[in-house]
Amino acid sequence: MGHDEFLFLLAGLKWTIGLSVIGFICGGISGLGVALARTSGNPVLERVMKGYIALFQGTPLLMQLFVVYYGLALIGLKLDAWVAVSIGFTLHASAYLGEIWRGSIDAVPRGQTEAAEALSLTYLPRMRDVILPQALRISLPATIGFLVQLIKGTSLASIVGFVELTRAGNIISNQIFQPLLVFGIVGCLYFIICWPLSLFGTHLERQFATSTR
Amino acid sequence: MSASSVSEPHLATKVMISMTHVEKWYGAFKALSDINLSVRQGERIVLCGPSGSGKSTLIRCINHLEAYQKGRIHVGGILLTDASSTINSIRREVGMVFQQFNLFPHLTVMQNCMLAPMRSLGLGKAEAATTARKYLDRVRILEQAEKYPAQLSGGQQQRVAIARALCMRPRVMLFDEPTSALDPEMVKEVLDTMIGLAEDGMTMICVTHEMGFARQVADRVIFMASGSIVEEAPPAQFFSNPTHERTKKFLGDILRKH
Repeated sequence: MGHDEFLFLLAGLKWTIGLSVIGFICGGISGLGVALARTSGNPVLERVMKGYIALFQGTPLLMQLFVVYYGLALIGLKLDAWVAVSIGFTLHASAYLGEIWRGSIDAVPRGQTEAAEALSLTYLPRMRDVILPQALRISLPATIGFLVQLIKGTSLASIVGFVELTRAGNIISNQIFQPLLVFGIVGCLYFIICWPLSLFGTHLERQFATSTR
Repeated sequence: MSASSVSEPHLATKVMISMTHVEKWYGAFKALSDINLSVRQGERIVLCGPSGSGKSTLIRCINHLEAYQKGRIHVGGILLTDASSTINSIRREVGMVFQQFNLFPHLTVMQNCMLAPMRSLGLGKAEAATTARKYLDRVRILEQAEKYPAQLSGGQQQRVAIARALCMRPRVMLFDEPTSALDPEMVKEVLDTMIGLAEDGMTMICVTHEMGFARQVADRVIFMASGSIVEEAPPAQFFSNPTHERTKKFLGDILRKH
């Protein structure tokens, strides 16, 4: 494998990271909305969000990407592949992160909410200053775990023709007929992103634990 | 007796809290039944009774941590309804101290005390810090201001919780079994802080089994059982001459334990 082939893989890696970042940030923002709606105390809103989460957790990510990619085209929305998969990943991540953070918000002891209420803190400061910082700490291992899943999940975007790392590997492998070498390198590239992230998660968790103990 | 007669104007200027015919239900279970209670400004009330008698529920209705279904509660002349603006304005007047302290574990002692004055009273940072230092000094824990709650003992945490409530400059303080979660050697420091507050004229309602505290500071001791107020008397009379059988039995049980 030559220099150019390797650069092509790195270009694919760039899109893998880009897609992960978009999915995580957009999914994180809407996931926060999902989590807040799920804990709002409004039964209608809670049920709607529960259905949304169930839908995205109960179907394969690949199918979700197909629906967004071909479905949006069918209703006349011609989107670039990367826009379509970004929407797909955002929806997917929002459901998963929403559920992870819903669980974390519920895991903050009830007494914290009561103390905040007794101090006359209204919903916004109560969430922002009291509940969410604690929920974030509780959710960190699961959140980072999901981010790692998401990065690896971006490989599915190759199916709809989006050239990220896995797709790039596939193309190179078809050119130089060394699948073991090529996918070995592709695997290594995924690993050197995902593994430090997992380590970082563990580190953060430990840091938060000591700062409050 | 009509609903209005209990909270009638002859005491209105001095009545801080009045509860008239208050009922509270959890589904089909009646947690409070026909509670009538009037607390004047500066009065110290001790609420006692067996567990499950509704004493915590009663004080939690006063700042609407629990909703009530019937009757009326007035705090500082304001009728407590389910409207969030009313609830918030009453909560600004009513401080609460919990059995489990409920300090915010991710914030320092100082930040715990500054948060609510800044967010719900709109104080500036410097002003909130001055207030926080004043009350932390008053509960004699100012030197721990930069620590996190988990670095403090239970008694210290509870004193911080008292300071945090005082930073809102409440007119009433509610104590929900403030010493029940403490190791015995830490009970005194918390009770001393509460006695200090009482001496400064704070209106207080304390759910506690500390009968020594009740004797020393209470103007009235109220005994509850099965969601009702059974007996209500000044401490001297309450302890030496209880009239109801259930009160006698309760006092017998509690005094045997101590």
